This record gives sequence, structure tokens and C-alpha cells, in this order.
Amino acid sequence: MPQKPARKFSLYAMTWRLPIIVWQLVFFVGPVLFMIAMSFFLVKNYRMTEAFEFVNWSKMMSRGYFWDSYWYTCLIAAVSTVCAMLLAFPAAFALAFRASDSTRRWAIFLLIIPFFTSYLVRTFSWFVILSESGVVNAMLGYIGLGPFTMLNTNFGTLVGYMTLTLPLVVILQTITMANIDKTLVETARNLGCKPLATIWQVILPLSKTGFIVAAIFCFILSFGDFVAPFYLGGSQEPTLPILILDTTKSGQQWPRAAVVAIIMMGTLFTIAFAGIALAYRKRKGAK
Amino acid sequence: MTKTTKSGLMGTPTRRHALKLGGAAVLSMPFVNRAWAATTEINMLAWYGHGEADVVAEYEAANNVKFVPKYYAGGDNMLALIAQSPAGTYDLILSDAEFVQQLNAAGYIDPLEASDYPLDDMLHEDFTNFPGHWADGKLYSMMLRGGHLGVSYNKNSVSEEEAQSYSCFWKPELEGKVGHFDWHLPNLGMMSLYNGNGASLWDLDDGKWDAVQETTMGLRKQVGGFFDYGGTFNGLKNGEMQAMCGIGDWITGVLEKDGAPVASTIPKEGGIQFTESYSIGKGSEKVAEVTKFIQYMLSPEGQVKTAQMAAYPGFCVTKAGRAALIAADPAEAKRSHQMEGMANDPIALINEGRIHYRDIPQQQSLEDWNDFWSEYKNA
Repeated sequence: MPQKPARKFSLYAMTWRLPIIVWQLVFFVGPVLFMIAMSFFLVKNYRMTEAFEFVNWSKMMSRGYFWDSYWYTCLIAAVSTVCAMLLAFPAAFALAFRASDSTRRWAIFLLIIPFFTSYLVRTFSWFVILSESGVVNAMLGYIGLGPFTMLNTNFGTLVGYMTLTLPLVVILQTITMANIDKTLVETARNLGCKPLATIWQVILPLSKTGFIVAAIFCFILSFGDFVAPFYLGGSQEPTLPILILDTTKSGQQWPRAAVVAIIMMGTLFTIAFAGIALAYRKRKGAK
Repeated sequence: MTKTTKSGLMGTPTRRHALKLGGAAVLSMPFVNRAWAATTEINMLAWYGHGEADVVAEYEAANNVKFVPKYYAGGDNMLALIAQSPAGTYDLILSDAEFVQQLNAAGYIDPLEASDYPLDDMLHEDFTNFPGHWADGKLYSMMLRGGHLGVSYNKNSVSEEEAQSYSCFWKPELEGKVGHFDWHLPNLGMMSLYNGNGASLWDLDDGKWDAVQETTMGLRKQVGGFFDYGGTFNGLKNGEMQAMCGIGDWITGVLEKDGAPVASTIPKEGGIQFTESYSIGKGSEKVAEVTKFIQYMLSPEGQVKTAQMAAYPGFCVTKAGRAALIAADPAEAKRSHQMEGMANDPIALINEGRIHYRDIPQQQSLEDWNDFWSEYKNA
């Protein structure tokens, strides 16, 4: 069995690697460790005091409303991911296989533009569109429908999530499918594969990694988003980010908020690693 | 041969020297003036609006001071901000009255000189001796303004008669149209009043507390959302919410002035008063300036400013202030019932025993109330 050559320490390579390592240590690992430590602190007279007590963990874990929020957040983030993936696919497919290179570049540029403006502002603009006296209900009114309640509902929350995630998912799906070897698709069609079967049996398997990455991003962004469920969902039911806010507002319980945040991070790590493992899993028989 | 002349300040004084010196003196005057009268910065900790131009701009210009406001939302948030800052960070603290005791107990505020303020001109004797504002015969906080919380509603879907009871929140037509201001204290206080707890609305034994929770849970199916200030404002304005629990004229008043068909009323079960008071932060080096400002805000002119505050209106607490408001802005005085003889005159409501000052739970902890509130939101 061939042995891997021992790596030589390279000062040059390390010089380039060091900034990102330092950055991650200072701005990610450090704060996470502090947050974990903070979850054991106590709050006395609105001031955090250093301690090593499990009271915050036992308190939050034993509360029914925490688990209600947890499962609701998981569910609505999962629904958001499915919606975004389905809604994005036709547009991404058209851009990848039907549009010219120039059109695709312009489309991707236009999909990036929403990120130039504040997400909060984009969310607030939905008030004008979705309210009972808003644009959608006014148009439906002309054909004798409505008014429908869209704000302060799960639908409102999902609209907010789509505002946040859909452009990103379209971009990721487009780039993934645009990089598929077109001759494979054409071969499948020439061999009599029907269009839907081509998508299912050729395009999707070849796009698996990119699609899973897009889904993970969508889930992560939806799971951690505060703005959409708060402003468009009317806080009912509260998601975990809203629970964090509620916990800090009342009694300044930052340690309990840290417990919620750690559970959130743990969940996202688990889902992200599972997704990545699935994305890069080799098919049986593949070398 | 070239003629040379002595120059410089020590030389023979000439007309040119005099002009140079004079010009330099004139040009440097603005800087000298600024150095003599540098603007004093006053750090203010307050609810949003109290440090805005409509309230303080005239005072700033007249007194060469500049307010640097730090806004908070909720008494807990205020206490945390002070606790996490070095002593002397905040010169002026605007607090909800129920939190003054905690400010004092924690040593965050200094006593005031009672004779500096118009305590003999207060509209109600409760305001002079407001609970928690005095300790060991010393005044720690000066009441600035107040407001009443009750039933807030859209006039197109709730009649004035229906709004005379909290039961209107259960009206079948309002299913999904009742909003909550997202703070447990006023909402659960109102549910306690609806349960008939009256003056002991904050002092609930286990049985009464269970009953309040049951009543509140019974409202859940009617609820369309839980909102912060902006969300409450939007919900009422765009008609998404037709009734709102936990607020009062401090929000509907702004919308009403803007022409929205909304109003607030104190129902027969009673209402809750929020009270805002000024204190001087411990360790402040600007006690004289802050004292002068509090005096200004308690003067008729200041009381008019605070009653008309753009962010959210409140009622005057001094007799002279109310008289000045009636003279300066009779429309606002009438709209907010700040006229003697009006049905919902805030002072008359207090005298009739229909108003209860906002407080913290007496037999449960704030945490118990908050826990229930979180459960309620998830129900």
C-alpha cells in the first residue's frame, strides 16, 4: 500500500492560512465557548454572575413551551426548505438549460440585487402587499374573492422565509445544473428517456450535492431567522429566535437564552453534517 | 539703501500692527466663545421619544445642552442597561414608576431635593406621594406623566358600548383579530381586572392566579398576533387587528390624530395606569443641569411638550401643566379628556377607583408571569 508522503511544514503556506485560523478562533470558536460557559452562569439583580450551575439547562429543558417552539421551528424551517426547493427548481432549470450564457449571467446578477437592500425593509414591504387592505386582496376583490388573512399567519412567515432564501436557492440550483455535462442529458433523451424521467433519473442525481447544499442553506437561514416569524407571522407560534428575545427581555436571562442558542446550534450542526454526508455519499458500486 | 522697519509685537506699534491684532482677535472670538460655553452633554436613559427634538430641541437651544438618549423597551431592559454600565453613565433616567423602588434599592439613583419641584401643584395627591418614589422621607423620583391602559379598538368593528368591558375581546367576529402588546404585565393585569380582582389585581393568591391563567388561555383562539410597538401600530393602522389588549391611548392616540378610526377606553372592570418618572443617576456630575431640566419638564411649558410628545402621548400631572395644555392645544386636551367634567378625565377615573397603578406581581415572581406568557404564546 503506498504511503502518503509526510507533509513538510511550510512557513509560506502557514502565513496564508493563519489569518483565517485566527479569525475563526477569535470570532467563532471563542464566542461559542463563551456562550457555552454563559449557559451555566446565573443572573442576580439583572447582572450575570459567573457560576457553574445547571439550573438554566434544567429550567429550559423542562418547559413545555421550549419544546413546542423547538418542534415548530424545525417544522416551519423544513416546510420553508421544501417550498424554496420546489419554487426555485423551474426557474433554475430554465436558466441552466434553456437560457443563453448571457441571459443566465444577467439573471444571476438580478437575483443577487435583493441582497443589496435590508432584509428588514424587504419584509416590511410585504405589509403593503399582504394586508387585508393590501395589493393582493384588492386584486382578488375584483374577481369577488377574499379578503384573506395572510399577515400574522404561517403563510406570512413562509413568505418572509422565501424573501430571504429563494434568490439564494435559485442561484445555487442554477449554478449546479449549469455545470452538468449536457451531453449526458442529451444522451438520455436520445435513448428515449421522457422529460420528467430525465429530470428524475439524470439531472437530479447529478445535481445532488449542489441541491443538498442549497437545501441546507435554506434550512439554516429559516431556522435562525427572527424577522419573518416576528413581523409577518405575528409571533404565533414563537420560533426559537423569538424565544431567545423573550428570554432576554424578561429578567435579562442571557444564560437561558444561551441554552436555547446552543440547542439551535447543535441542531443545525447535526442537520448540516447529515446533509453533507448524504451529499457526498458514494453510490453502491461506485469507485 | 533699503529702509528697514522693526516688526513684531514688541516693535513700535503701528496702525498695521493694531489692525492685525484686532483682526486676529475678532476672528478668534467664535472659538473663545465656544470654549467659554461648551455644550454640556446629558446622557439620558429613557423610553423612545423622550430625547427627540419635539421634546428637547427648544430646551437644548436655550440652555446650551445636548441630550444623548439611550432608549430601552421595558423596565427589565432599563435595569439591565444600568447594571451593566459604570456608575455615572446615565445622568437622567426616565423610569416606569413601578421600577423606581428597584432602582433605589440597587443604589442606581440619587435622592432629589423635593423643594425643587412643584409637588404642591400635582393634579392628584397620589402623584405627590407616589408609591415607591419616596424612601426614608427622601424623594427619589419625580413623576412626569402618565397614561391609561384599557380596551383599544377599531370603531368600525367594536362599538363604544361594547368596549366598556374586556369581554369585547371575546366577540366572535373578532376571532383572529385581537392583538397583544407583547409584554405580560399589562395583558395579565387586564385579565386580572376582568376576573374582578379590582384593586388587588397584582396581589393574587394561587387560586386567583390560576383563574387569571385560565381566563387568558380562553382568549387565545381570538388572538391574531403578539406585537412590539411598531407591530401594534401597524396592526391597528392597516386593520389587521381590530382590538388590542395591553395598550391604551399611548398608541391609539397617535393613530387617532392621524385619522385612523381607533380609540381607547377604560372599561367598567377598570384600567391600568403607566407612570413615567425622572430620576438622577447616581454618580452623575451634571446634577445641576439635570435638575434644571426636570424642573423645565414639570413647568407648564414642559408639561405641554410631554403631553404632545410625538412618539406617544401622555397626560399632564400638574395643574399648571394641564391649564397650559388646554390653552395651547385645546384639541389635544379634549381628545385626551384632560378637561374637568369630561367623562374619561384621567383624574376623575382615578378618583372613581377605576384606575390601578401598574405594579409587579406581589405573590408570584415576574419569572412566573413570564413563563406563563411564553406558554400562552405557544398554546
